Amino acid sequence: MASPESAVNGPTMTAGAASKSLRNAFGGVIAFIILVLIGVLAFSIRLFSVIKYESVIHEFDPYFNYRVTQFLSKNGIYDFWNWFDDRTWYPLGRVIGGTVYPGLTLTAGTIWKVVNSLNIPLSVETVCVFTAPIFSAFASWAAYLLTKEVKGPGAGLTAAALLAMVPSYISRSVAGSYDNEAVAIFALVFTFYLYIKTLNTGSLFYATLNALAYFYMVCSWGGYTFIINLIPMHVLLCIVTGRYSSRLYIAYAPLVVLGTLLASLVPVVGFNAVLTSEHFASFLVFIIIHVVALAYYIKGILSPKMFKVAVTLVVSAGLAVCCAVIAILIAVVASSPTKGWSGRSLTLLDPTYASKYIPIIASVSEHQPPTWPSYFMDINVLAFLVPAGIIACFMPLTDSSSFVILYIVTSVYFSGVMVRLMLVLAPAACILSGIALSEAFNVLTRSIKFQLPGIAGNPSIASEENGSSTVVAPNDIPKTEEAAKEKPAKKNRKKEKENVEKKPTPSKTEKRLLVLPLEASVIAVLLLVLLGAFYVVHCVWAAAEAYSAPSIVLTSHSNDGGLHVFDDFREAYSWLSHNTDVDDKVASWWDYGYQTTAMANRTVLVDNNTWNNTHIATVGTAMSSPEKQAWEIFHSLDVKYVLVVFGGVVGYPSDDINKFLWMVRIGGGVFPHIKEPDYLRDGQYRIDAQATPTMLNCLMYKLSYFRFVETDGKGFDRVRRTEIGKKHFKLTHFEEVFTTHHWMVRIYKLKPQRNRIRGKTKKSKSSRSVSSKRDVRGKRNPWH
Amino acid sequence: MEASLRAQRTAALLIFAFLSLLAVSSSAAQEIQILNAERRIDLSSQIAIVFLTLKVENTGKAAASEVLLSFPPTEADHLAEVKAQAASGKKRKKTHVPLDVKPTDVPDAPKGAKCFRIALLNPLSPGETSTIEVLYMLTHSMEPFPAEISQSEPQLVYYRDSAYILSPYRIKQQTTFIKTPSTNVLSFSRVEPTNRAGMELKYGPYEDRPAYSFSPVLVHFENNNPFAVVEELVREVEISHWGNLQITEHYTLAHGGAKLKGVFSRVDYQSRPGASGVSSFKNLLARLPARVHSVYYRDEIGNISSSRLRTDSRKSELEIEPRYPLFGGWKSTFVIGYGLPLEDFLFESTDGKRYLNFTFGCPLSGTVVDKLTVKVVLPEGSKDPSAVVPFPVEQHMETKYSYLDVVGRPVLVLEKKNVVPEHNTLFQVYYSFNPVFMLAEPLMLVSTVFFLFAACVAYLHIDVSIRKR
Repeated sequence: MASPESAVNGPTMTAGAASKSLRNAFGGVIAFIILVLIGVLAFSIRLFSVIKYESVIHEFDPYFNYRVTQFLSKNGIYDFWNWFDDRTWYPLGRVIGGTVYPGLTLTAGTIWKVVNSLNIPLSVETVCVFTAPIFSAFASWAAYLLTKEVKGPGAGLTAAALLAMVPSYISRSVAGSYDNEAVAIFALVFTFYLYIKTLNTGSLFYATLNALAYFYMVCSWGGYTFIINLIPMHVLLCIVTGRYSSRLYIAYAPLVVLGTLLASLVPVVGFNAVLTSEHFASFLVFIIIHVVALAYYIKGILSPKMFKVAVTLVVSAGLAVCCAVIAILIAVVASSPTKGWSGRSLTLLDPTYASKYIPIIASVSEHQPPTWPSYFMDINVLAFLVPAGIIACFMPLTDSSSFVILYIVTSVYFSGVMVRLMLVLAPAACILSGIALSEAFNVLTRSIKFQLPGIAGNPSIASEENGSSTVVAPNDIPKTEEAAKEKPAKKNRKKEKENVEKKPTPSKTEKRLLVLPLEASVIAVLLLVLLGAFYVVHCVWAAAEAYSAPSIVLTSHSNDGGLHVFDDFREAYSWLSHNTDVDDKVASWWDYGYQTTAMANRTVLVDNNTWNNTHIATVGTAMSSPEKQAWEIFHSLDVKYVLVVFGGVVGYPSDDINKFLWMVRIGGGVFPHIKEPDYLRDGQYRIDAQATPTMLNCLMYKLSYFRFVETDGKGFDRVRRTEIGKKHFKLTHFEEVFTTHHWMVRIYKLKPQRNRIRGKTKKSKSSRSVSSKRDVRGKRNPWH
Repeated sequence: MEASLRAQRTAALLIFAFLSLLAVSSSAAQEIQILNAERRIDLSSQIAIVFLTLKVENTGKAAASEVLLSFPPTEADHLAEVKAQAASGKKRKKTHVPLDVKPTDVPDAPKGAKCFRIALLNPLSPGETSTIEVLYMLTHSMEPFPAEISQSEPQLVYYRDSAYILSPYRIKQQTTFIKTPSTNVLSFSRVEPTNRAGMELKYGPYEDRPAYSFSPVLVHFENNNPFAVVEELVREVEISHWGNLQITEHYTLAHGGAKLKGVFSRVDYQSRPGASGVSSFKNLLARLPARVHSVYYRDEIGNISSSRLRTDSRKSELEIEPRYPLFGGWKSTFVIGYGLPLEDFLFESTDGKRYLNFTFGCPLSGTVVDKLTVKVVLPEGSKDPSAVVPFPVEQHMETKYSYLDVVGRPVLVLEKKNVVPEHNTLFQVYYSFNPVFMLAEPLMLVSTVFFLFAACVAYLHIDVSIRKR
């Protein structure tokens, strides 16, 4: 791992040696080639899904993004901004242009446009499928740049290689996983890089670029609030620890001004960029940094005595102003019901918030806190290397390394709240592990080089030479300072070993202290290589086995090794798209909303953009009501088809029956006549003979198990591993119109309203009075 | 309501037939008469295949060089293909010579009737007889009745025809055999003598009917054969002179039979395959050329995994299943694509032009194609494309841009309606091409890379800073 210096900005320390500059150039070329290879690795490790399955969009949200991209590529950017989508959230509709983070869509749309204007006939789908792998290559290059700014190119290359294949990131960016995070991680790391770069150089050019990168991040992902809170935190940290400099000011002030202006250009953010609490930290720090800057300026022009007087003046006046500002802020914040925070942000700050107040956020599996095995699964050995990286960052602590430390600490916290935010942790873990590995190799290879017989003849000179050429190049901090700070720490850690070791190099005792015993170094290097190999094996396994399934196609291996494909979802969507009227409304649980609009092109009531809780609760209520009430609700919403996902025949566990309790909970949250205990027998959720009558008569049960008993004669549910409670029943208000090959998707049609028969007016009158009574008792059908 | 309509129609046909009888008597018909006509109508698939054997005699004074065929207006729209051949010799040593058939207008034909002219090889001298065999096919000629059936019911269809052969000539003796796919014939019109034996109905023999005789008959029978109708098929044949012929076929498939009424129950369909959904179909067979490679089968939402490819040295068979079984009225769309070695299909003609020799029709067996579009994408720089197709098609030119194109590739578009498997014959597209054009694209790539490096070198050697450091 003897990493060469980059030729691009490697310091020209000894100008004399022509061979050295040649070696530098050579090192630069090697670094470049390694980076290209890392990019290829990042791209190709994500292609398992295409090779094992097919080139197809994955899961749920990507289908929506794909559909938006299709619209964009077909109708152009202006229609996209003004797009009111009437195919979803019927009858409310959704303003797509103003409620979507457009970064990913615009990126893929631009790629598609460029490629097609070059007469390369790639379909929108192909571009969308491969956007994520391409951007993960970019992300690893961004990680290289960031780590290079922190600890030099060697650490950079290591971090890039680690990030290229970190499972956590792979899980969100395999080919076909066309989601915001795919682009956003690149934007995140790149923004951080530009921030660090500005901090190190103090260049306004990079500061502007930084604001633009931040703008791209705002376009791409709601996680931009992480940036706009982390950077102020770091600035505050720098100020508090006395690291204020003009570079810090240039890195921060333009970012806040330009970044906020640019962020408010994004329709989905708009005035939120100045109104919501997520952004207040940045403004507060913006004020603080100006106060500090002013203080430093005044300190510069005044004599110490005058300065003291000024300080007292300013502090008293400043306190008054601050109090006023804070009071106003608190008043503004307190006036809004959620204290100015969005539900998801509150969930982050208070991990129990969602489960208490917003079941719809809590019902999503990726919003649950992760378990320890998932840390090991997602970042693997990096979890052990990160502490070492943090230690390495403290030797010496610079502006940039303190930023990295802050980054890892905060992201560890966030990943602990939501498993989805493991994704933010992954780049930080990679960067720190890259630093740790690189530093370790640095020390170990140097001590091996010292003691190798070939160079041992003149170790002091060799050390000097090798130290400068093979050791990772230091950044702007003077080398001597770094070495000086490095030595004591190393000494403390390896004291015993050094006591054992008595090397015959009397000259340059300082250098000798760094040297570890040859055998120990060799073994340590081998162990580290082994660790890396383990990591690579794990990553490849995770990419190939764990994270490559597109989830709309399921496969299983039969006993003779053959592959059995369960393609029921697309079967159903394809059936819907070809054999129903184009304006028919399809009701299903919100999980399948995006897929239905994208694949079947039919109007849905609710989808994965869970913006209207009431509407989702209505569907949940319908699903948990008896047939007649459900029919009334659906009929009042113009629904023609109801789609349920049922895994009981083939044992597909994430079906609607298993999600049913969430429907009850969300429905009951808005319509109180749906009560969760009605569906539970002694607190247990069951569908067998012990189940409650409410459960056995609700629409979801009936639609799932209609004529199920005829498949095997007993009605044995393979997911719940039990026989169903109610086996023989008829549907009165719905009729089965389609069931897929493995029964995984069942589509029912609402029966038309019965003709009114003249002779029965009397009876209908009496029933009407009954129904009106019902209305008085509670909100049965919210749409009547 | 419908019955009365049908009665009206029948009445109209009868009047029409009567009128045509009148017309014949006044017309100065050619002096040809048909001694013996035998018609065999095969209704066992969704296409009505009719073999007509005519023994014609020239009763006039002058030699006759052509024989006319006529079809009633109801059949004229459904007529997909008419072929004729002259048969000579006795039973064992029969030789067949194909004859030229062209649509024509006969002034004294009944209104709406469509006539075809069969050009004889040797003019028929007076008194001479000759045997002509005619094959024609009718699509969409079987009307499902009832038009909507449930999943468990068989599919019943009507077939309408005339007991007498509509002919511009007097027919001395004629017989019509109708072969139904099963013995389940619910009803059939009787024009005595009419017989039914098993799967065959026999109308006739009828003696000495005048020209343009017509007597409508209606057969109502069970036909559970898949009515697989490709409503639209676009075949794109892309020639690459680097050795590949890429074919992409976009299908819009529909079940043209009786519509499914109400419920589709998977339980019934899976547990009683023989009794439930008998008229539906779930797989199709595509016969592809030999040495086919990189076959794919997908639709707009991704790969369809239910397909099987069998290849041997002479042919390839691709068995495909749509995503779901097709019941009456259901539709599906999909794309089949494959590559073929170019040397099997592209040849050089004697005048230095190149020509593509490829099959025209739809590779799916047993399907009717309502509208077929064949697009032959020629390499960039090809000139003067011309197509030779054995039957009339509409042609026009387009331009397509694909990988690394600058001026675009010329595309010859051939369109034909109402295509049956009989149209799977070879057609040729001739074009001239200068081999120098083959170098254009590699040169473009090479020069792009070259300029890229040149730009890099230039960038590294030029100091663009305003202030000298």
